[in-house]
Amino acid sequence: MSPIDTTGWERPLTKAMRPDGQAAFLDDYVAAGGYEGLACALRELEPAAVTRVVSDSGLRGRGGAGYSTGRKWSTMPLGADAPRPKYVVCNGDEMEPGSFKDRFLLSRNPHLVLEGIMIAGFAVQADAGYVFLRAQYDYPLACVERAIAEAYERGYLGADIQGSGFSFDIYLHESIGRYICGEASAMLNALESRRPNPRARPPHMTGAGLYSRPTVVNNVETFAAVPSIVRNGADWWKNLSVTGEGGTKIYGVAGRVTRPGCVELPVGTSMRELIEVHAGGMQPDYELRAVSPGGASTAFVTAADIDVAMDFGSMQKAGSRLGTGTLVVLDDRTCPVGMTLNLLQFFAQESCGWCTPCREGLQWSLALLRDIEQGRGRPEDLDLLQEHIWMMGSDKTFCDLAPGAMQPLEAALRLFRDDFVRHIEEGRCPYAPDEAPDGAPYGAPYAPTEAAPAP
Amino acid sequence: MSLSADELRELDAVLPHYPDRRAAAATAMRVVQRRRRWLSDEALADLGAYLGMSVEELDGLATFANMLFRRPVGRHIVLVCDSFACWSLGYAELREAIQTQLGVGLGETTADGRFTFLPIVCLGACDRGPAMMVDADLHGPVAPSEVGAILEAYA
Repeated sequence: MSPIDTTGWERPLTKAMRPDGQAAFLDDYVAAGGYEGLACALRELEPAAVTRVVSDSGLRGRGGAGYSTGRKWSTMPLGADAPRPKYVVCNGDEMEPGSFKDRFLLSRNPHLVLEGIMIAGFAVQADAGYVFLRAQYDYPLACVERAIAEAYERGYLGADIQGSGFSFDIYLHESIGRYICGEASAMLNALESRRPNPRARPPHMTGAGLYSRPTVVNNVETFAAVPSIVRNGADWWKNLSVTGEGGTKIYGVAGRVTRPGCVELPVGTSMRELIEVHAGGMQPDYELRAVSPGGASTAFVTAADIDVAMDFGSMQKAGSRLGTGTLVVLDDRTCPVGMTLNLLQFFAQESCGWCTPCREGLQWSLALLRDIEQGRGRPEDLDLLQEHIWMMGSDKTFCDLAPGAMQPLEAALRLFRDDFVRHIEEGRCPYAPDEAPDGAPYGAPYAPTEAAPAP
Repeated sequence: MSLSADELRELDAVLPHYPDRRAAAATAMRVVQRRRRWLSDEALADLGAYLGMSVEELDGLATFANMLFRRPVGRHIVLVCDSFACWSLGYAELREAIQTQLGVGLGETTADGRFTFLPIVCLGACDRGPAMMVDADLHGPVAPSEVGAILEAYA
């Protein structure tokens, strides 16, 4: 295939990044046009006008759900009667397996994320922002901590920012752990030091969020998109994409490819271009079998769908979701049943236990899958798994964790049915070596371990 | 034992980030764990007195979290990423190599108190899989033969 010619294309998310891979701090960032979006908002725009530009740009949430960012902001109460304080929360929990773009942004371009949070803060007239990062992001945490300190020093944060009369603080919060903290309403509980179960909605967070005050929660990459949109306008952003959804985004490729990594490309770039051009194709002796397009909770698509554009609409038509846009390839030598088992192990372990279908159902699905992978499966187990997919479908659980877990499972049963059947008929994992080196039973080295108890 | 002067100084510095003391509980537990490595019953009692919370409330939060330790841990924490990306890139062999090197399995601490070995959900380093962390350092991709040299650096 001939790659799309990207010479001269704008890369607003990575423009300020240093070629040496080190984090771009304030001087690098300002030299690359950083904080011009904030200046533009503070000097030239009313808060509601900032939200309008973001709405017009069509920007959709980059954490995976794809909700309109401008629409979310526009439900925040404005004006003298609005409850105070108001908050902006940046979701940098990034614990969903197969998601690795926020680490890239936070550790290479932390000021871009901060500028986006500040502009959001101005647009909704918030008083403070929290950057919520997972504990294992030690390096990104250090980068953001330094960037916040620099922003205070140069007057981009604090009282009366750049003489505008707008005051705003940003605090860094390090999570004490668990995947469920990435669910926006659970994140607010975590920030309040409450047990991080998701909250019932309504009320929506923009009405009653952190400490029951109006709160807007967006993903790291969503905030990163905001400064250039405000600086250059909605039409500019819309024209960046190859398909109609507008903008660029951070895509990533991992698995048995030649050059795994992250890259900023126009929204709508095809999976083929990502894998074959940017990731250098599959490693020798490995064939592409399927793709997990955007995190553990997105349905697999097969190699037959490789020309699908990576945008929200196209991925949905292909029976999956864009999710985070960081794809993990499944090669022809890796057991798809084993990979699905690994995914279910994750979701079952990370269920917060609040609602019954998720707490119980994921454990049962996991047990069924483990039996199949380890050669103890029965033909009727496939029907039982199908029943679990129905029982943990949308609107049957308190939050989206279990329905998210069912998406790869449903796709695996549909796309790799022959593999499931072979496991059951042969009573072993057909991908396992005939005899494991240590004499372990068939399939054993391929199965994820039981979760060890936390100390 | 009560909160040390250093701990109090650090706690007083983070309190203004939160509207009230109890909202700072998660961060406060991290602050104390960073200094004491794990949260003993005494540590929770000290923090409870400081935050105006019961030990039970703090324990409810601590036992839900995967990065707060309620049992003693080693001087260094070794995490092996078990995401499906790392799994497809040699997680099993990496885990095996760490286990052999340390002589303990997941969830255990070496007899000399040097390392605690724990599983971790996706480290967000899928492009560097199979990945592991030792304390604050991310390593990846790690071949099983490199595990010895990596761990050697942590005394």
